Amino acid sequence: MPTFVRTDKCDGCKGQDKTACMYICPHNLMKLDMDGSLTGHESRAFNQEPEQCWECYSCIKICPQQAIEARPYADIVPLGGSVQPLRGTDSIMWTIKFRNGTMKRFKFPIRTTPEGSIDPYGGKPEADYANVAKPGFFNHNEQNGYREGDPSELIAK
Amino acid sequence: MAGEFGNPEVVEEEVDILLIGGGMGACGAAYELGPWIKASGGDIKVKLVDKAAMDRSGAVAQGLSAINTYIGDEQDPADYARMVSNDLMGITRDDLTYDLGRHVDESVHLFEEWGLPIWKTDENGERHDGSQGLTPLKDGGKPVRSGKWQIMINGESYKWIVAEAAKKALGTDSIQERVFIVKLVNDKNDSNRVAGAVGFSVREHKLFVYKFKCCLLVAGGCVNIFRPRSVGEGQGRAWYPVWNAGSTYTMAAQAGAELTLMENRFVPARFKDGYGPVGAWFLLFKSQATNAFGEVYMQRNKDMLNDYPPYGQAAVPASCLRNHLMLKEMKEGRGPIWMDTVTALGKLRETLSPREVKHLEAEAWEDFLDMCVGQCGIWAGENIEPEKKNSELMPTEPYLLGSHSGCCGIWVSGPEDVGAPTEETEAGVPEHLPSGWNWGYRAMTTVTGLFTAADGVGASGHKFSSGSHAEGRLAAKAMVKFVMDNKDWTPELDTPVQDLIDEIYRPVRNFLEHKDYSTAIDVNPNYVTPRMLQFRLQKLMDEYVAGVATYYTTNAHMLDVAEAKLSDLKEDALKMRAKDLHELLRAWENYHRIFTAEAHMKHIQFREESRYPGFYYRMDKNFVDEENWKCFVNSVFDNETQTFTCFKRAHVDLVDKAKLFQKTGGH
Repeated sequence: MPTFVRTDKCDGCKGQDKTACMYICPHNLMKLDMDGSLTGHESRAFNQEPEQCWECYSCIKICPQQAIEARPYADIVPLGGSVQPLRGTDSIMWTIKFRNGTMKRFKFPIRTTPEGSIDPYGGKPEADYANVAKPGFFNHNEQNGYREGDPSELIAK
Repeated sequence: MAGEFGNPEVVEEEVDILLIGGGMGACGAAYELGPWIKASGGDIKVKLVDKAAMDRSGAVAQGLSAINTYIGDEQDPADYARMVSNDLMGITRDDLTYDLGRHVDESVHLFEEWGLPIWKTDENGERHDGSQGLTPLKDGGKPVRSGKWQIMINGESYKWIVAEAAKKALGTDSIQERVFIVKLVNDKNDSNRVAGAVGFSVREHKLFVYKFKCCLLVAGGCVNIFRPRSVGEGQGRAWYPVWNAGSTYTMAAQAGAELTLMENRFVPARFKDGYGPVGAWFLLFKSQATNAFGEVYMQRNKDMLNDYPPYGQAAVPASCLRNHLMLKEMKEGRGPIWMDTVTALGKLRETLSPREVKHLEAEAWEDFLDMCVGQCGIWAGENIEPEKKNSELMPTEPYLLGSHSGCCGIWVSGPEDVGAPTEETEAGVPEHLPSGWNWGYRAMTTVTGLFTAADGVGASGHKFSSGSHAEGRLAAKAMVKFVMDNKDWTPELDTPVQDLIDEIYRPVRNFLEHKDYSTAIDVNPNYVTPRMLQFRLQKLMDEYVAGVATYYTTNAHMLDVAEAKLSDLKEDALKMRAKDLHELLRAWENYHRIFTAEAHMKHIQFREESRYPGFYYRMDKNFVDEENWKCFVNSVFDNETQTFTCFKRAHVDLVDKAKLFQKTGGH
C-alpha cells in the first residue's frame, strides 16, 4: 500500500527546511521535488521508492495538509479500498472505505498525556552509583515493576 | 568545506558513549544513562545516531496493539525464562531471559506514566481502553491479558511517546538523525576492542567519524534477505520492518564479536499478504485456524507434536512446531489455511450486548490499525468484514531477529547473580573468547567496549518492545561503569580515515566512473544496482537456504551451491553503484544483508540437525538431536581470511524446565 502525494494538497511544507514527510519516513522514501524536474510537479513531495514502502503511515499521519494517502499495492489488492487516518493530539480517527462502498469509522486513544509534556526524571529518585553493578534500574523500583523472583527457582545458583 | 557527491565533508567527533540506532533499545539506553552519569560524577559525553527519525524509527515505528512481555505480579521471572526456552526449542540463555523478566515491567510502568494508553479490566471483568483513567499498572491496575505474557494497549503512538522521553533525557545536541553508521572501527592497539564507528548522512554530503570509549549497537534485526512472497509493490510490506538490514549482526561480527544461534530464524504465520497480527485473534478472540475443510490442524495433526519431545508437549508448543503442523496441511494439498474469524466473533456475540458487540468490532480493527494498517487495506480491497468472511493465513518468508520469537544475535555477558556457568565445557571454542556467560560488563559482547541489546542480543528471544527497552537500560548502566573504569583510555582508530571514506563511497565512485558507458542508467556491465543485487541475494537464499520456494527445506548439497553463489555475489557486491545518497543507503543495507545471510547459511550448515521444524528443515538431517546438538552454535568472523569459524558452546539450564510439562490436574 504505497503512499502517494496529492498534487492539489501538498505545498512542499513551504518555509520549512525540510518537509514533514521527509523528516519522518523511517525508510527515507519521501523526497521533495524542488523544481519539478523529477515528477513534473514543482515543490511537491513524492514517494521515491514505492515498492519499499512498509505502509507504516508515518508520513500520512504527520502531513499538515493531509496531502498523503495510501493506495493498496497494485500487485495484490483489488482496487477501490482505502484506509485514511486523521491523527490528533490524543486520538486518531480512521475512515475505511471498502471496494464495495461499505464505510467504517473508528476512533482510538493514542495518548493520555499532552504531547511534549513528559518530564523524564521529574519526581524520580537519583541513581546510587554504589548499585551500578547490581540488578535494578536507577530509580530504585519507584515504578513497582521489579520482579524479585523466588530464589529457589534458580537451580544452578 | 561543503561536501559534494563523491567527495563528502568529513565530520570527526569524539564522545564517551555512542548509541547506534534509535529504536526501543536505544531509547531505553538514552533514558537510563543520564542518572547514572550524574551519579558517577564523571563528565561523560553521549551521542545517539539514528539512520531515521527517533519519533518513528525501529520496529515500533508504526505502533503496536499489544505489549507482548509483561510479567505482572503473579508470575515469576523463572516462568518467563521457561516459556522462552520452550518456544525456542530448549536452547536459550536462562541468565539473560531471567534478568530481562525481572526488569521489564519497570519499563512498561514508565510507558504508562509517560502517556501510553493501556487497556484495563474493571472490577466486573469488563475491559476498557487506556484512556478511561483506571488505576495504573504501577498501583495495581489490572491489564487486559490477551495471553499469559501479553497485555493490550492503544499503541498507535507507542514509539512517539517512548522517543519523547528518550530525546528529552539525552537533549537535542546529543542526537544525530539521518546518519547511517555502516562500520565499526577497531582500536589500533587492541584488535579485540572497538574505538570508533563511521557512517554517512543520507541527506547531506557528509561522512561522520566517531571515536568513543564504548558503543551500544542496536540497529535492529534483518529483513528481506529471502525473496518475499510479495514481489511487486507489495515487497515493502514485510512482516518485520523493511529497514532492518542486519546492520547489528554485521557490524558486530566484522569487529570481532561472537555471534550465537544465527541459524535461528522466525517464520511468522500471519494474515496473508498484509502480515496482520494473529495474536489477538488466537488469544483474545479465541479464534481457530483451519484447513480448507474446516479441520483445526492443531487438533488434526497433534500427534506430530510428539515427534519433538519435550518441546511439542508443553501447554503451548513451540512456535515453529505450530508452523510444522500447518505446513503439513499446505504440502498435502488441504489449503488454503483459514483464520475462522466468523465463528470466533459469532460465539462472542452470543453473550454480548449490542454495545459490547460494537466495541468488539472496533477492537478487532484496532488490532491492525495500531500496528499493521496494510492489512486493513487488504480487507477493504477484498471486502472482508471479519464477522462475515474468514481470512487466509500464510507462513511468511524467513526473518532474522533476536527480540521477537527468534533468538539469533550476538553472544553477550549476562548477570552474575543467577548461577550462570563460569566455565565452558564444550571443546573447540577459540582461545581468545571468554569461557563462562559473564565477563564483567552486562550486555557487552566479546569485543571490549562493544555493547548490544534488543534484536542484537542472541539466545534470548521474546523480549519484544518492552524487553528491548529494558535491555537497553541494562546496557546503559554497564556502559557508564565501563567508561568510569576506562577514564584514562583514549581511542585510536586502526584504519586511516581516508581508507574508510574510500570504502564507504565505493558505490558512488563506481557510478561516477562508469555512468556514461551506456545510455540506460540501470543497465551497465561495469556496475550493478543495489536493487538488482538484493534480488539476486533473495533468490539464492530462497532457493537454496530454505526459503518459501522449497517449503523451508534445504540440505548440505544445496547449502554448498548457496555458498558458491554467495561467494560470487560478494565479489560482485564491490561493483554496486550508488547514483545518489539514497542509493548509497540501499547499497550499504545490502552489504549488511549479504553478510547476515552468509552467517545464517554457515550456521545452518554447521548444525547437523533440524532444530526448528516449521522454520527450516535440513532434509539430510531431519530430526532434533538432543544428544549432540542441544547446544549453542556460535561463530566468529576473521577479517583477514574473510571466513566464519563455527563452534559449539554448552547449554545449561538455570531454571527447571520440567515444570513446563507437569500435568496440573483439571481435565
